[in-house]
Amino acid sequence: MERLTVARLSAGLRNGEFSSEELTRESLARIEAANPRLNAFITVTGEEALVAARAADQKLARGNAGPLTGIPLAHKDIFCTAGTLTTCGSRMLANFVSPYDATVVSKLADAGIVLVGKTNMDEFAMGSSNETSYFGPVRNPWDLERSPGGSSGGSAAAVAAGLVPAATGTDTGGSIRQPAAFTGITGFKPTYGRVSRYGMVAFASSLDQAGTLTITAEDAALLMEAMAGFDTRDSTSADQAVPAYGSMLDEPLAGKTIGVPREFFDDGLDSGCEQAIRDALDVFSDLGVKIIELTLPHLALSVPAYYIIAPAECSSNLSRYDGIRFGYRHPDACDIDELYTRTRQEGFGAEVKRRIMTGTYVLSAGYYDAYYLQAQKVRRLISDELKRCFEQVDIVAGPTTPTPAFGLGEKTDDPVQMYLNDIYTIAVNLAGTPGVSIPCGFSGKLPVGLQLIGPHFGEATLLNFAHRYQQQTDWHTRTPPPVFTKEASQ
Amino acid sequence: MGLTSKEVQHIANLARLEVSDEQIDDYVEKLTQILDLVDALKKVDTTDLLPLAHPLQMSQRLLADKPTEKNQRDLFQRNAENVEQGLYSVPRVIE
Repeated sequence: MERLTVARLSAGLRNGEFSSEELTRESLARIEAANPRLNAFITVTGEEALVAARAADQKLARGNAGPLTGIPLAHKDIFCTAGTLTTCGSRMLANFVSPYDATVVSKLADAGIVLVGKTNMDEFAMGSSNETSYFGPVRNPWDLERSPGGSSGGSAAAVAAGLVPAATGTDTGGSIRQPAAFTGITGFKPTYGRVSRYGMVAFASSLDQAGTLTITAEDAALLMEAMAGFDTRDSTSADQAVPAYGSMLDEPLAGKTIGVPREFFDDGLDSGCEQAIRDALDVFSDLGVKIIELTLPHLALSVPAYYIIAPAECSSNLSRYDGIRFGYRHPDACDIDELYTRTRQEGFGAEVKRRIMTGTYVLSAGYYDAYYLQAQKVRRLISDELKRCFEQVDIVAGPTTPTPAFGLGEKTDDPVQMYLNDIYTIAVNLAGTPGVSIPCGFSGKLPVGLQLIGPHFGEATLLNFAHRYQQQTDWHTRTPPPVFTKEASQ
Repeated sequence: MGLTSKEVQHIANLARLEVSDEQIDDYVEKLTQILDLVDALKKVDTTDLLPLAHPLQMSQRLLADKPTEKNQRDLFQRNAENVEQGLYSVPRVIE
């Protein structure tokens, strides 16, 4: 199955090998053939995509195309897209047609991408397996009985299966990096504040960040150049110039250092994953990188701290869903209280309600200091420990997940078991530092992800390390068995 | 530390969620498990640590008090089910 990168497609479009309309038709055909099994897409925007593709072809013909002009792309269904459904994987927004575009959406549209659809996700980005979606679970293309990870499971599955060359995602506790690890692709989360959150439906405002799901780090760099930047409409947007990430990928790594925290290699780490990670570190050694051991003594506190802070912020952010101005509304309520409580009871799924309840509790009178304030202090402890690593090393590395993809239904009854999946990714969100997961091997037949973590605004360094690794190895080129047949897509 | 059904009902009221009698036990069980997980934080010595609310050292950016958006009420109200004369219609609010 042909799975071409954005860079390769861009070159082909510009030298006339194929047109954007041809690429878009191929993408739509693959989606149509694969989606009944994968369930990666909630909405497919076929007509609009062809209109955009023809416009892109005109730009290409005139010679004023950019590197992303005419490239098919999918947005996670958490980004507001004007005139198209934005559901966040929830019944609460199953009928919501956004009146405006998110900044990420308008920036990528201006860069010329062709939007083919909105991808499935855990409801309101809360989940690590894409099983909490109102629209049903997404399946992992490597094994259809397994989870692709979450919450950006639809985006990851779509890219891994070759339905689109790239997709956007969001990462609050690992929701880009973990699905990338489970599906054998590259998942990039920039520094908090690097990409605008305007129009990106809020889950936990101090943790949420938009990023990319692609085959390669080079493609992530191309997308990041278009997506990143200061936005006056996002009060947490960082006022920092966007470097030309694409031109910084090839710097040699000799003499640089990687720090590996010993806490990443605990008893919970699957042995197949561990072997693949250690082999990956050897590749960096061969490139002249010095590997040193570090310690993050409070790493284990990151899961409890996150599961106080994120639910607290979510309980506040989700209080806007009351059935009045938009979204699901319980019919025939007798009074306003019944309207609120029934709308919210019926509109939200079980995991979302659990997190709203947890968050409400930890913020309530009598508990705020013991839980929320304490969690914020622990957050400072963990962030400072991670940031201090960069006084000694250029990059911190380790596994993205403790195990490869688990089976659908395996952890849905036990929320705490599900939460513990995020043990290696969460500290990165607490500190707001950038991180990427790249494929580095297999545990049995399932992909394993290597996580690289950088200092604040160290995206260029991260992409450089990831790209140099991908030039030495071919894990990122391995494809899952085709989810569709060529016949079906003709 | 276990939550009681009464506490769960109180939290549900604060969050404007309706929890039925059948669902209460499941909430008590699952929320207790989550609170057991996060209890680990209580033992951490955080004296002299300032809470971290935001990962970047930023203070709230202020804007000049000049309007930049235009009124698009009709566009936004297309998503509302019950609108009358530009107002959102709701069931009875006061007894």
